[in-house]
Amino acid sequence: MFRWIIARRGRERFDLTDWMAFGFLGFGVVLMLGPVLWLVLSSFKTEAALQEYPPRLLPLAPQFQDVAGFDAPLQRFAVTGGEHAGRELVQIRRVGLNAQMIDPADPDTVLNVNIADREPVRAVEIAQENYTTVFTRFNFARYFWNSTFITVVATVLTVLFNSMAAFALAKYRFTGRTVVFVLIIATLMVPPTVTLVPLFLVVSQMGLINSPWAVIWPAIATPTGVFLLRQYMLTIPDDLLDAARMDNASEWRVYWKIVLPLSAPALAVLVIFSVMWRWNEFLWPLIVLNRSEVFTLQLALNSFQGELQTSWANLLAMTVLTLLPITLVFAFLQRFITQGIAQSGVK
Amino acid sequence: MIGAVRLIYEGAFNLFEGPMRWLQRSLGTQRMVWVFLLPNLLIFGLFTYLPILLNAWYAGTSGDRILLGDRPWVGAANFATLLDCESYLNPNSCRRDLFWRAVHNTGWFVVLQVGFMVLLSLIAALILNRNIPLKGFFRAVFFYPVLLSPVVVALIWKWILQRNGVLNAGLDWAGMGTVNWLLDPNWAFFWIVFVSIWANMGFYVLILLAGLQAIPSDVYEAAEMDGTPAWRRLFRITLPLLTPTLLVVMVLSLIRAVQAFDEIYVLTGGGPGSATLLLIQYIYDVGFATRPRQFGLAAAASLMMAGVLMVLTLAQLAATRKRGEDG
Amino acid sequence: MKHTLTISALALMAAGAAQAQELRFMCYQDGVECEAWADAFATFEAENDGITVIVDEVPYAAIIESLPVQLEVGEGPDLARVTDYGGLARFLLDVRPHVSDAASIDARYGQSLAWSRVGDNAADGIYHIVDQLTATGGFANATLFEQAGVDMPGPGATWDEWAEASRAVRDATGVDFAMAIDRTGHRFAAPAISYGAALFDDDGHALVIDDGFRAFSEQFVGWHADETMARDVWAGAGGGTYQDAAGEFINANLVMYYSGSWQIGRFDRDIGDAFDWVATGGICGPAACTGMPGGAGIVGFNHTQHPEAVAKVMEFIARDDVQAQVLARTRNLPANANLQAEGIAYEGVSDDVAAALTAFASSVPGFSDTAFALQGYQFNRAVYTTIPARITQAIVGELSLDEALERLEQDVADAIAAAQ
Repeated sequence: MFRWIIARRGRERFDLTDWMAFGFLGFGVVLMLGPVLWLVLSSFKTEAALQEYPPRLLPLAPQFQDVAGFDAPLQRFAVTGGEHAGRELVQIRRVGLNAQMIDPADPDTVLNVNIADREPVRAVEIAQENYTTVFTRFNFARYFWNSTFITVVATVLTVLFNSMAAFALAKYRFTGRTVVFVLIIATLMVPPTVTLVPLFLVVSQMGLINSPWAVIWPAIATPTGVFLLRQYMLTIPDDLLDAARMDNASEWRVYWKIVLPLSAPALAVLVIFSVMWRWNEFLWPLIVLNRSEVFTLQLALNSFQGELQTSWANLLAMTVLTLLPITLVFAFLQRFITQGIAQSGVK
Repeated sequence: MIGAVRLIYEGAFNLFEGPMRWLQRSLGTQRMVWVFLLPNLLIFGLFTYLPILLNAWYAGTSGDRILLGDRPWVGAANFATLLDCESYLNPNSCRRDLFWRAVHNTGWFVVLQVGFMVLLSLIAALILNRNIPLKGFFRAVFFYPVLLSPVVVALIWKWILQRNGVLNAGLDWAGMGTVNWLLDPNWAFFWIVFVSIWANMGFYVLILLAGLQAIPSDVYEAAEMDGTPAWRRLFRITLPLLTPTLLVVMVLSLIRAVQAFDEIYVLTGGGPGSATLLLIQYIYDVGFATRPRQFGLAAAASLMMAGVLMVLTLAQLAATRKRGEDG
Repeated sequence: MKHTLTISALALMAAGAAQAQELRFMCYQDGVECEAWADAFATFEAENDGITVIVDEVPYAAIIESLPVQLEVGEGPDLARVTDYGGLARFLLDVRPHVSDAASIDARYGQSLAWSRVGDNAADGIYHIVDQLTATGGFANATLFEQAGVDMPGPGATWDEWAEASRAVRDATGVDFAMAIDRTGHRFAAPAISYGAALFDDDGHALVIDDGFRAFSEQFVGWHADETMARDVWAGAGGGTYQDAAGEFINANLVMYYSGSWQIGRFDRDIGDAFDWVATGGICGPAACTGMPGGAGIVGFNHTQHPEAVAKVMEFIARDDVQAQVLARTRNLPANANLQAEGIAYEGVSDDVAAALTAFASSVPGFSDTAFALQGYQFNRAVYTTIPARITQAIVGELSLDEALERLEQDVADAIAAAQ
């Protein structure tokens, strides 16, 4: 009965277990991707359309038409009830419950329609101004560079330092190993929200405020990363390491040339996490970066949120834009998660 | 591209090789372990342990100032007021009733969220590890919600769950009754569990996938040739060999469940009433959101939480260690 | 606290600033306030050679979460646009000694200046200039009233009359909700005061639960039980979370909405021609017909290297012509007495919007002293966030109303005690 989960497909034909697996995946796709898809579609809606109930899937906008004799374009409506039911008219003005409408083909006859008897004509229309505002209002290139700098530098250092520590914890026996391991795990226990203020005191004493390093340094030693890599490295056979040591390889060579390549799947995971964490980080940069020349994209994104009002249309557009780079990083790196061991020729 | 990466990789090796060799010669092989640990421990010390120690100091003080010198020392008063209860099972009898409501809610949340999430992540990872078409696409799909910021996650689900939202529109269309999902305490609780699984599951699927790669395929091939049935292979080979990774998933998901906050805060704000109020939100509310801030109280609550978490985590580590030396 | 800036770029900038007097202005916006000020500062820089003002636009969260922390360790900008005057009071710069005509600022901004004269601050200090005065008040969907054939309560109508009329309209038209009030103690306070709540004791400490406060709380909880109030707004959240009902009103799903003047611009844009809406003016209880004042303002900080330059900026911000020009763009109410009297020529607004803006502006002078006292109270944020937390528990039945009010009083007292 568990065959559908682990059976390896290949030689045989498409059987029941495959159907179950694909059923699970199909359901997952709808559940996981549906809401995301909606986010993307919504980012093309106008602010007014975002507020609409019931919400609509596609970005629909009311349609207007130029009519001779009127300065501004008039809105088009489909009449659904009353004596003009079935016609498509344009509205001159609305007075209370009554709409004064005309047929564009016959602009001189004014018809009266109850407002409950008409529906706006809509068509798909993309609110690209959501996106253009993002570029015109901010120094987008500058923020993009700041975010990229922080993300890349922090990720390289994270992977380097964490894998070194994980190697030490996984592949050496030494007094204090358990203590160090527990100490590292223990840092997970106190939620970051709580240590924000003491951490700010430390960082400001070091004079790092308003520097990208204020975001990078505190972030690069991650207990999650050490823990993840250490557990993975436990599964690498010690024989391989000892064989290399026999050949007079230095510890550094053992680490760099044997352990790191063999840990590729776990390293790829950590890179993805690290890129995602740094790229999306908001609360901490908010506190240590307060000059626009060092702002990151997330700070700019959130400045669409005021005290009393939020500009959702712009916020969503900016969200979609900031998602693109990490999507690419993920698409590129996820291949390595399955390649690690097979490629290095070790089983 | 790959070539350039390889070149940098080699270059970095050569760059450090010399100094590291020298270190190994002068310190001896055994002490090299501290060289590998040093960068991490330095950063932890400065940016994690030091703030945690300061946090412990905050827990013994009161006032709304930030600089420790400006804060009067009150000893264990913050802990005492949090623990001041006639009965711990009835939050209404407590001096800080909302803290205890948050404790109760968090307990239930952790049990439900961790249980279902680990199970679902495991199934998803096992399937995604199969040799199926469109593997990359499916992985991306399961991981994608993790990339969204909590505000966006909450926003999307608010649109879906609100009274006139997509879910109710769908139910209406199917001829079923609609429910005001976030106004009913039980449903609201269900949805915060659901949404937090939705938003975080991809993280664990990815870790498990990487873990599955470490299982050599010849083990399976041997078992398959022996005619071992699939379910037996799962429990006899896959799961035991996956234990180190499963431990990562269990420990991390437990800790993160206890510390769940952002998306739930934006989705329900802890409501209706205090039905979905979790611990971190309580800490955030008293320590940061309301003015004057009660940092001392927030720090005390966070230390108590950290203590309980530490015990739970060590128990998890010990339990797996007993079942077979994990290194 | 001494800092050595290690990053050379920053050091260079700091050195440059010493000669050129560069001021940093941390700004958040609900609409286009920061853009309007950035443009206005071009004029300022032309008039004041050697002073530059750089506007750093930040999320509101930065103003609330991170600014106070920065100020406490001696970091932070020279100027900022803020709302929590009481909380920031001890960091604010009194520009009175540095401005050329303090009396004129007193005369024009008198009432709002009191909001930051709390704690140890000077009783005649000039600490902030309000650039977005807000007033709470109701909005009614006039088209729904017309459709239902129900007469809309006029000026001076009571909360009861509005509740009854809104229910009648809801039932006749089949929309979902009769009334809604934003989920914050700031909005709740207005009707509570109108019902007779004194809020403060004789020593000026909040929060006192008296008969008036109890009466409105009871009424409010009752309105949720009989579904006069949209449950989604208050019962849909917990803690001190802010929640509005603007979406329901924009979608013509709500008959009467108690919010405030800042919604006008949004309604104009998002409702368009879909239906007619009006500002209700003050709504009465047995004791008063008050709304709550509020608003964002610009402050200077006392750690600044250039107090004179900051004072120059503040005086510039206070100028009638500058305020008129900026407010015309941001569509906010003036706190400036001259402009209140003259009115502002708002840019590109319809007659309805102009009428609503005028209605709100003219309601402010009639607000009760208690309302102004609460807005100027040092610990008002404790009151604003605790009221929704506890009253909601009574609405959803976690606590009885008596228990909730008792806890409410206790929570506010705890918070204030912790600060002393």
